[in-house]
Amino acid sequence: MPKDKDKGRKIRVIVAKPGLDGHDRGAKVVARALRDAGMEVIYTGLRQTPEQVVEAALQEDVDVIGLSILSGAHNYIVPRMMELLKKAGAGDVLVTVGGIIPEEDVKALEASGVRGIFGPGTPTDAIVKFIMENVRPRATA
Amino acid sequence: MDELVKRLLAGDKRAAARLLTLVDDQDPSVGRLLGQLHPHTGRAHIVGVTGPPGSGKSTLVSKVALEYRMRGKRVGIVAIDPTSPFTGGALLGDRIRMGEVSMDPGVFIRSLSTRGALGGLSRSTFDAAMVLDALGCDVVIIETVGAGQSEVDIARVAHTTAVVAVPGSGDDIQAIKAGILEIGDVFIVNKADREGVERVVGELKAMLQLGEAVEGPGAGGGHAWHRPILVTIARDGEGIKEVVDALEAHRAYLEGSGARRAVEEERWESIVHEMLGDHIIARLHEAVPREEFESIIADVAARRKDRLVAIERLLGRIMELECRERHVGLTHASRDRSRKASRAKGTEGPNAAGKAAGSRRAAKSPKAPKAPKASIPRKRRATRR
Repeated sequence: MPKDKDKGRKIRVIVAKPGLDGHDRGAKVVARALRDAGMEVIYTGLRQTPEQVVEAALQEDVDVIGLSILSGAHNYIVPRMMELLKKAGAGDVLVTVGGIIPEEDVKALEASGVRGIFGPGTPTDAIVKFIMENVRPRATA
Repeated sequence: MDELVKRLLAGDKRAAARLLTLVDDQDPSVGRLLGQLHPHTGRAHIVGVTGPPGSGKSTLVSKVALEYRMRGKRVGIVAIDPTSPFTGGALLGDRIRMGEVSMDPGVFIRSLSTRGALGGLSRSTFDAAMVLDALGCDVVIIETVGAGQSEVDIARVAHTTAVVAVPGSGDDIQAIKAGILEIGDVFIVNKADREGVERVVGELKAMLQLGEAVEGPGAGGGHAWHRPILVTIARDGEGIKEVVDALEAHRAYLEGSGARRAVEEERWESIVHEMLGDHIIARLHEAVPREEFESIIADVAARRKDRLVAIERLLGRIMELECRERHVGLTHASRDRSRKASRAKGTEGPNAAGKAAGSRRAAKSPKAPKAPKASIPRKRRATRR
């Protein structure tokens, strides 16, 4: 019999590495931390296109998309992804970005709809807390 | 019909994704929604893929899906990973290996976690397959958590079960336990570029023959179906065509032999049993307050009460609740019925006699003039309301 904490809604998260990043150690650390906080995490792996990330997010009906970008390609990738999400009617999905994001790019990202930007060294607790506080309400019919 | 279901039946993937979430979360609307779906399901071929961790199931499933696509079929994939028993969270890592099909519009992939269920499947797995069936998938592949002896639930959900083994996993015989052998319709030895392939194939052959010798040809368990042992290198796409050929052959065998109907009925029996059990337990907790229930349990644990006695008592309480609820319903129905009959005769219901302002006992007489009497019952009806 499932225990009580297994019943009901779980926060579903996609952790994605769009673009051409070579390693994913940070993304995996975050993915594990989210799992340890009771979330269901789908890790889509390296070298994802914005289209792939959005398609996966839609099929998996995720509440959160966590993007990890180290390559500096965030200024192209993120707005493209936000546009695809909006077009698909998934504007209520919480989008956060982690990795190497220069201070001067933060405003533009937030303007495109990103709600949390976490640079290197952000404690995973802070990310978990942010998600819990900002995630959309539970899905209904 | 709910809008969500309408959209699903029209092939809307977002609707499918949302329904899958509701099913997974056991949302209260699910019973109603699945009921609306039910007549539109039963078409898809459900294929279960099970095997130990590291046997390459996800890669195999991805290649199999590709092959099905080349044959013009639409494919749904339900990939299941275990939920952590400590945190309730899960890392759903099957999708990552299915990159080749992830952008194919004819493939829908959903990752589920077990959420505390045993047996390798989540409680919502079968319903998830039904949603994908209703979406229009011709094949629904369910990839389950690595196999042990308890991971046999898949056979109750799938029409065709493929068991995946891999050479060099140490104790090969242990990796292929008895329960798994019984549920497999198709056997696949993946990663065949590794050392020890012939040994695994040989062991499988021996065990399958042993199983058949014990049961005898023509006995139950589909022995008119000769279970193939296939060899693949999924990573390179080798042997995949043969796998899909075998899955299709089994599907044809099930349909031709009428065994598909038997499989479906067995499965529904098991689901109905399970749902009935859940329903009765839910009623139990409506009928008996928590503290009282806990005190009954305490009595049994302390050996003050016999467990059968306790169960009889609890069952009695459920039945009382049912009777109370149904009795109220019946009372209304019988009152309505007798009102209808009385109106036809120009009288009110059985209570009219007691409530009559005057001595309108003539209301019972069928010969009494209708017009004046009819007005009094109408007034009475009005004041009753």
